[in-house]
Amino acid sequence: MMESIKINASIRGPWTLLKKELLRFWRVAFQTVAAPVITALLYLLIFSHVLDKQVQVYDKVPYTAFLIPGLIMMSVLQNAFANSSSSLIQSKVMGNLVFVLLTPLTHLQFFSAFLFAAIIRGLVVGLCILLVSIWFVDIHMANPWLIIAFALLGSALLGTFGIIAGIWADRFDQMAAFQNFIIMPLSFLSGVFYSIHSLPPFWQKASQLNPFFYMIDGFRYGFFGKGDVSPLISLSVVGLSFLVLAWITLKMLKSGYKLRT
Amino acid sequence: MTSPAIKINGVHKYFGSLHALKGVDLTIEQGEFFALLGPNGAGKSTLINILAGLIKPSAGNIAVMDFDVVHQYQQARQLLGVVPQELVFDPFFNVREMLRFQAGYFGRGPENDPWIDEILEGLGLTDKANTNMRKLSGGMKRRALIAQALAHKPPVIVLDEPTAGVDVELRQMLWEFIKKLNRAGHTIILTTHYLEEAEALCSRVAMMKQGEIVALDSTSNLLNKFAGKQLRLSLGKVTLPQGLLPMLRVQDNGIFTFALSDMEQIEMVLSGLRAANIKVLDMQLSEADLEDVFLSLVGNHS
Repeated sequence: MMESIKINASIRGPWTLLKKELLRFWRVAFQTVAAPVITALLYLLIFSHVLDKQVQVYDKVPYTAFLIPGLIMMSVLQNAFANSSSSLIQSKVMGNLVFVLLTPLTHLQFFSAFLFAAIIRGLVVGLCILLVSIWFVDIHMANPWLIIAFALLGSALLGTFGIIAGIWADRFDQMAAFQNFIIMPLSFLSGVFYSIHSLPPFWQKASQLNPFFYMIDGFRYGFFGKGDVSPLISLSVVGLSFLVLAWITLKMLKSGYKLRT
Repeated sequence: MTSPAIKINGVHKYFGSLHALKGVDLTIEQGEFFALLGPNGAGKSTLINILAGLIKPSAGNIAVMDFDVVHQYQQARQLLGVVPQELVFDPFFNVREMLRFQAGYFGRGPENDPWIDEILEGLGLTDKANTNMRKLSGGMKRRALIAQALAHKPPVIVLDEPTAGVDVELRQMLWEFIKKLNRAGHTIILTTHYLEEAEALCSRVAMMKQGEIVALDSTSNLLNKFAGKQLRLSLGKVTLPQGLLPMLRVQDNGIFTFALSDMEQIEMVLSGLRAANIKVLDMQLSEADLEDVFLSLVGNHS
């Protein structure tokens, strides 16, 4: 009897948590999916209207076409972060995280469920923006595997960062600080709206210290077959960053940091 | 021999300089209906939170049916259903969804649905099964909280102040259901401020004070050992003879309450009063209850 429960628990437990996390954002899809899609479209409309005729990037790539992959990836990253971080901070503040903490779920299962939910939310938002963008320009994909790899790794990285932020923050204003002082500046200064080659040398160097730059650039490389750095470098930076953050998150969860006193 | 439902071994907990638990030892056998009593700050919730894995012990260990709650937490938690004290809920889901999720975390799937229906019925939640948690009244939220702890049909159930702020009707319904679970073999551990509940329901009681267990016995033994009977006399403004002072428990506005270990002491009190020329205006004799035991052990600040 116990054996059968144990075997099932190892799959059904984390699967249930993932399902709950997916339903949580899907129930408020207007806020969690539609809103970021609208925001990305507004960026697209305004910037393409102002800059499309004046700016060309990578020879002959019109600005609107250049902008779309950047906007998609930025939204993927921001929403992956928002999913895990907001779910955790809400559950902590409301106190209902206890329902998960009382269960036999391991720290790895807990991590996986929040991670996959974040990845899925990021991908759903990104896919919606991509589908709507087709109305504006012809989307060409030079290397779809790179696009998929960067979308998955990028959302995994930010989903993991969201878990760290959610565990660390005790109040909503601390979480807002994370969003406004880390996520927003890093994503806006990552080359979403410009190629870093258009920057002065110092800022080009500075941009290369920003992990968001590699996610945006690698993702964009998948569309145009061109980028500011080699996609292999980007893939390594993003992959390594994910592994480091995942290791830190698992350590935090295993030790019960801020969750089990 | 069956393993004990709960075995607590020399558990200490420090919160900074505060020594919240000072070496608690306690064994609760399977099938018991057990009460853990004590004033606020006695360490009851800390002990329960260590049992549930929400707090880590500074020293000592706790096992649920021989599974250590730290090193074998998966097996231990599988056997344990804990009703948290705070009225928490997830505003995104309805009652049935929450119960299914909770059972799912413990590896239980659709085969568990009849049990969920049984819990819903037992706690009077059937009508509210599809209502969002946010829209439930306080009492209904409390029922849902209890239902969540039971969703995976745990053999050991811990209820931390389950009836705080709950109306009489629900209390009756809840206790009927919990008694039924106890008869079916579930071990029940209860902390409560309503001492009459512990007295009516629990076969054994532990009383805690300042991080230690100060009494541990069957409910009936505790009642016999500590209090016996109570004699309340209305005497007006008088000074009691010295000989009666050891028996005096409470003096309030001319009403004197004496704790008596046997009936013969009634005559002793009355003759003492006669000798001092004190007139008895009114008299009441009552059986001691758990509250008297509680007060005599932990003081008057529950």
